[in-house]
Amino acid sequence: MSDEAIDSTFSTGNAARVVHHDTRVINFGDRLFYRVTQAFALIVILLAFLLVFDLFRGAWEAIQTFGLKFLVGTTWDPVKREFSTLPTVIGTLVKAFIALLLAVPISIGSAVFISFYLPKWLRPFISYPIELLAGVPSIVFGLWALFVMVPVIRSLQIWLKANFGWFFLFDGPAVYGVGVLSGSVILAIMIIPIITAVSRDILLTVPRPQIEGMLALGATKWESIWQVALPYARVGLFGAVILGLGRAIGETMAVTMVGGNSFAMIHSLFDPVHSMASQIASEFTEATYSLYVSSLIYVGLVLFGITIIISLCAQYLIWRLSKGHVAVFE
Amino acid sequence: MNNGGLQMKEERFTSGERKSRKSDDESRSSKTEPSIAPEQLRLKVEQLNVYYGDFQAVKDIDLSIGTNKVTALIGPSGCGKSTFIRCLNRMHEVTPGGRVEGRVLLDGQDLYGPGVDPVDVRRRVGMVFQKPNVFPSMSIHDNVASGYKLNGIRDHQLIAEKVQKSLKNAALWDEVKDKLKQPGTSLSGGQQQRLCIARALAVDPDVLLMDEPCSALDPIATTKIEELIHELKETVTIVIVTHNMQQAARVSDYTAFFYVGELIEFGETGTLFTTPQKRQTEDYITGRFG
Amino acid sequence: MVNQHSAAERRHYQFRRATERLAGAGMVLCTAVTVFFLFMILGYVVYNGASAIDWNFLTGLPLPPGESGGGIANALVGSVLVVACAVLIAMPIGLGAAIFVNEFPSARLGRTVRFMAEVLTGVPSIVVGLFAYALVVRPMGSFSGLSGSIAYAFIMVPIILITSHEAFRLVPTSLREASLALGVPKWRTILGVVLPVSRTALLTGAVLAFSRALGEAAPMLFTAFGNPFWNLNLGKPIATVPMLIYTYATGPYDDWHQKAWAASFVLMMVVLVTSVMTRAFLRGKSHE
Repeated sequence: MSDEAIDSTFSTGNAARVVHHDTRVINFGDRLFYRVTQAFALIVILLAFLLVFDLFRGAWEAIQTFGLKFLVGTTWDPVKREFSTLPTVIGTLVKAFIALLLAVPISIGSAVFISFYLPKWLRPFISYPIELLAGVPSIVFGLWALFVMVPVIRSLQIWLKANFGWFFLFDGPAVYGVGVLSGSVILAIMIIPIITAVSRDILLTVPRPQIEGMLALGATKWESIWQVALPYARVGLFGAVILGLGRAIGETMAVTMVGGNSFAMIHSLFDPVHSMASQIASEFTEATYSLYVSSLIYVGLVLFGITIIISLCAQYLIWRLSKGHVAVFE
Repeated sequence: MNNGGLQMKEERFTSGERKSRKSDDESRSSKTEPSIAPEQLRLKVEQLNVYYGDFQAVKDIDLSIGTNKVTALIGPSGCGKSTFIRCLNRMHEVTPGGRVEGRVLLDGQDLYGPGVDPVDVRRRVGMVFQKPNVFPSMSIHDNVASGYKLNGIRDHQLIAEKVQKSLKNAALWDEVKDKLKQPGTSLSGGQQQRLCIARALAVDPDVLLMDEPCSALDPIATTKIEELIHELKETVTIVIVTHNMQQAARVSDYTAFFYVGELIEFGETGTLFTTPQKRQTEDYITGRFG
Repeated sequence: MVNQHSAAERRHYQFRRATERLAGAGMVLCTAVTVFFLFMILGYVVYNGASAIDWNFLTGLPLPPGESGGGIANALVGSVLVVACAVLIAMPIGLGAAIFVNEFPSARLGRTVRFMAEVLTGVPSIVVGLFAYALVVRPMGSFSGLSGSIAYAFIMVPIILITSHEAFRLVPTSLREASLALGVPKWRTILGVVLPVSRTALLTGAVLAFSRALGEAAPMLFTAFGNPFWNLNLGKPIATVPMLIYTYATGPYDDWHQKAWAASFVLMMVVLVTSVMTRAFLRGKSHE
């Protein structure tokens, strides 16, 4: 960037010129400062590229060996040196989506309650614990899930299999306790606080005149929320849900502990099935030869790719949808 | 009832009214009222006191709103006119801490009576807000239909007819008839406000409250809405809050002057503006404050 | 009259009122579920964990597997060490980049960086661990605390960048202009005016990042790895609390399980204190 250009960036947004006493001294300090902070900014970009680069480099051996078949194959055999990732991708996505299915109604419902039904002075008492929960580390969730939740799920699974075992979703090894259901439920519990907190912030930005406008037409409170407030906030709420989805897909520790650790295609809710993250977590330190390690890094690359794609799609959708006058979380 | 110096206007009322008179030159310290026959009264406010928490915003209001007339509420900022009008459709209690004491009779029935559902009240008493609050997630058509559909009407034909009728009544139909599916927010400010009026009209209210409806609009849009008010009053009773005295003079049949939460004077518009009874009214009208 | 309705309207009206009540109940139920899980988790951590915490737990070293007793001192110290080192790496980068993004808005690089930071916050922590493994562990030939720090730093930079950027945005332009109008050069203005004014928000961001990294286990799996002994050397494997919780929770010994609960309790305390501090800072800021 030329010196003139740098000088012109030293305005605070207008065309106003900075007052110079001794031009040379001041310009030098400012220019140096600019360069230094620019360097830091470039480091951030560098880090991102380094991440992608290193992932590719680490996965390169596996990419060369398996190519894109890696993404659709269903074998994972360290002995035969054959690796692929479709079942874990499916495992990840299924657990994440079930978690969303469970968490989204509860989260949005809670957010609506906090924003519109709860008296103002009570809000901090509920909101604050929820924010606290959002900060709990995932291994703590995992620990709790392993010792407290899984026994409960196991009983539930046994009951479901006994009474509804004909239904394909319940036709699996109920006695394990760990599996898709457990993994999904703990994921749901983990993402509820995040979605609730963000949704609550969004809903509080819906302008009162909008809601009052609907009430003035003779609507009940619920009708005004359902027909006006929620549609008004839909872009922001969507963003909140995507945030939860991202967390659910990338989550490692809790899912490793209770999601089941078996490489297999999902058939029922009770199957113990790896997600991409749990597979990497379980097997990485056991990987004894380079193709094995490389394959696991390849799995990591796929996980990264999926996360990025979802994130970018969401950003794009939000950009498209917020062309109108709706509340967006910034 | 007292009629101060308003006798000459009495011919405008239909026959059959009853009036009781007091001597003309008796000056009174409390409010004066024009004589409106009980049958001609849409809304009657009795001893209304309005609070925000412990703070009393409006004190001891007695006011009558004539059927199919335009009644304007004027006064300096903070005088309680907006607070007052929001009590007429029970919107004040939606504000946290909002509390109302007194009676508001719509065709003789107290809106604040026991067992009266505010939802019901708001169907009969509609409201247009200061800034147009078109619902951005709905099309023009859906905006207008939103209140109407609350009663479970599903017939598309019926709804479409209602939307058309309401938009015509709001003098907006010709401008939007080709773009009913477009979002409500694609209209200009003045058009949006007329959309809000159409939306309010679609539920067939008896009374339409307007809280400074033109304050966010340019002069041309304002004129359009003032003309609209003239037409609307044939079918709907209108109460309008305005900080613009010229507008009140142009548009209304009766005017009420509020000051610091109290009703100072109420009378026929022409009379109030030319020969106000109270000193404060005169001061406000001549611009000495406010 | 207010209450004149047709029979059909009256029925529908009842339906609307029923829906209203049902919806209200539904909302309460949702919130109750949320709060329920909160109490479940916190409750169990406190109940199972608090009782196992004693002086020995906090200061002793782990005993050989299977033996009861011992403590997690090495993990406590190790965690603090690794995260502190990460802060030292991440803070300048995040802060410096945030200054660049906010104080030189005409550079397009700034918007790209901010966008990139948002994207980076979504990178799964295990992928970050893989990154640190490839970058540091492989060339070094062994696990190390340093690689753990680098993994944590990677997670922390976007958080610090975003919170700092937001903090700078809140500083009124008039303050900057006042300084510049006195002839103070821009760099001095930033260091002498903008930074001090936003210091509580900046600190909050740093504390948040610290607390977040402290609880992350996934990156440690193949970076810092873990160490049953005292180790303050970042060049060697080092024990961290989250890693320890994972190992102990998935291990076969009851004693280990109980220590996992206790260590979780310690982590929760940190999260709680952080949260309270953050709230206090933010509330203090709004009074300025």
